[in-house]
Amino acid sequence: MTTATDTTSATVELIGVVKDYGSHRALNAIDLSIKPGEFIALLGPSGCGKTTALRALSGLELVGGGQILIDGVDVASVPTNKRDIGMVFQSYSLFPHMTVLENVEFGLRMRKVAADERRTRALEALEMVGLGQHSARFAHQLSGGQQQRVALARALVTRPRVLLLDEPLSALDAKVRVQLRDQIRRIQTELGITTVFVTHDQEEALAVADRVAVMRDGVIEQIGTPEELYATPATPFVADFVGLSNRVPAMLSGGKVVVHGTALELLGASMTDGPVTAFVRPEDVVLDPKKGIAATVVSSSFLGSLRRTQVVLDDGSLLSIQHDVDTKPDAGAAVFVRFKGAPVSAVPASAGAGVGGAAVA
Amino acid sequence: MKLGTEPSAVTRWIILGVVGIIFAIPIVALIQFSFRDGLGGGYTLDHWTGLFGEGAARTYRGLFQAVGNSVLLAVVTVAIVLVVLLPTMILVHIQFPKLKRVLEFICIVPITVPAIVLVVGLAPVYSVVVKIFGSGVWTLAFAYGITVLPYAYRAIQANLEAVPVVTLSEAARSLGANWATVLWRVLLPILRRGVLAAAFISVAVVLGEFTIASLLNRVNLQTALLQVGQSDPWVAAIFALLALTFAFVLLLLIGRLARNRNNS
Repeated sequence: MTTATDTTSATVELIGVVKDYGSHRALNAIDLSIKPGEFIALLGPSGCGKTTALRALSGLELVGGGQILIDGVDVASVPTNKRDIGMVFQSYSLFPHMTVLENVEFGLRMRKVAADERRTRALEALEMVGLGQHSARFAHQLSGGQQQRVALARALVTRPRVLLLDEPLSALDAKVRVQLRDQIRRIQTELGITTVFVTHDQEEALAVADRVAVMRDGVIEQIGTPEELYATPATPFVADFVGLSNRVPAMLSGGKVVVHGTALELLGASMTDGPVTAFVRPEDVVLDPKKGIAATVVSSSFLGSLRRTQVVLDDGSLLSIQHDVDTKPDAGAAVFVRFKGAPVSAVPASAGAGVGGAAVA
Repeated sequence: MKLGTEPSAVTRWIILGVVGIIFAIPIVALIQFSFRDGLGGGYTLDHWTGLFGEGAARTYRGLFQAVGNSVLLAVVTVAIVLVVLLPTMILVHIQFPKLKRVLEFICIVPITVPAIVLVVGLAPVYSVVVKIFGSGVWTLAFAYGITVLPYAYRAIQANLEAVPVVTLSEAARSLGANWATVLWRVLLPILRRGVLAAAFISVAVVLGEFTIASLLNRVNLQTALLQVGQSDPWVAAIFALLALTFAFVLLLLIGRLARNRNNS
């Protein structure tokens, strides 16, 4: 017998996909290759094209050029309802005139599955998301998180080849968001379904995805595992967008970034010597009570398992430092800071000028 | 009285009473008149019983015919609203949102054009309509389809704005539904109240229409009432009362629908 946990996962490939809205190019020749069962996050600021890419994959937007291959077959001109995909939307999308069970049965009804099997499979899918007992309710009787779980069950019950998640968590409050995020990842791992997850929240992307594609202005800036993106960002944009970074004025000389007297390795493509803005992670800076660069504590925040302290250097630039919770610097205290020596990304100073001091993105 | 404070219960009842009386007087007078026995005074049931008694069908054939015409017109008008306006609105809402303003303008315009002006424009148009569709009374529904646009549009639009139609139809399509199924299984059920309200209000408008029918020389309930009223004012009064009651029931139903929407 087949169960809700049987799926056929597919390969997904975008090759040179182009999408224009009038004169605005939303997708500029996107290439993306996804392995069967892989969980990919498309990450980027709003307007970067990540949702457009997902909608192109779903068929809700028709593309202007390029190929969209699912299991090697070009589906670029196949309508959404024939692509065999499952999709969860940002806004709540349960049919308000149907019960939870009827909602989940909808896709099976479209595939002309017999009533008995439909019911069994829909209930199984609801059990999978932990909502079996709510099958007779209507959407407006559920919380936001529950509605998105039903939407997930509804998207998965047809055993689609690809699961597309369009910012499914952004309407939820923080705690539910993390719970549902972990639940999505667990179910995805169990089912082994190829999944594309769109988000503007880098923490979310890093937490759930096998690989993350960072997008900007309709192109993929970098694709890699969360660890790769964090440790070796290919571009300053990625360094800045993924994780937190201090923007520190520095000098590039002889391939080394010199930050307040400390020479650091440069990540990414080499650049010509001169003034640069370096991106330094808060955990790559340490507080030192005795020696280093003189600084004054501005503020310090307790973040549970760690503490983040803002200091201002003598030249007026701000710096965020991550350290353990045992050290609790007082505002106004004179301290010293040191750079650990981890490699950093950098941009020519003029390019980084507009972004200001040590704002942590 | 301070600005922003609610009027007291007494004030409210007085306002309600005055308005109620203003509306009630002509209706009560109409009822009273329908029981009056000639000009000499005294009351009789004859006018009412005569209408449903033997031979009435023949005597008032024209009037019954007119009622039939009006019902037919109401049905065809509602059909036009459902077949032309509703799909257009859904299509514009989902696929061509930029055209929303244009559609709204087109749909609201008829309310600003007096019926008499509309007829001046319609007269030559109908000489063509007659050539194509014949001179059946139902062709008047083409004109009524235009006069009910503002009301029907508002009713449907309110419902369209209240539900995330775009996301729901995208969800349905991602689950394997084609457009026809999306319309039938998803959009119509969630727009049911707006569509029903649009239909009812269209019926109410059509049943009350006089100017266009009269000036285009068609017989509907209102024109027939005027004609009968000249020879038999009592029957005209009774039919006016019946039409009023029917329209009142329709409006109550619309009110009901609107209330249900607020509850859910």
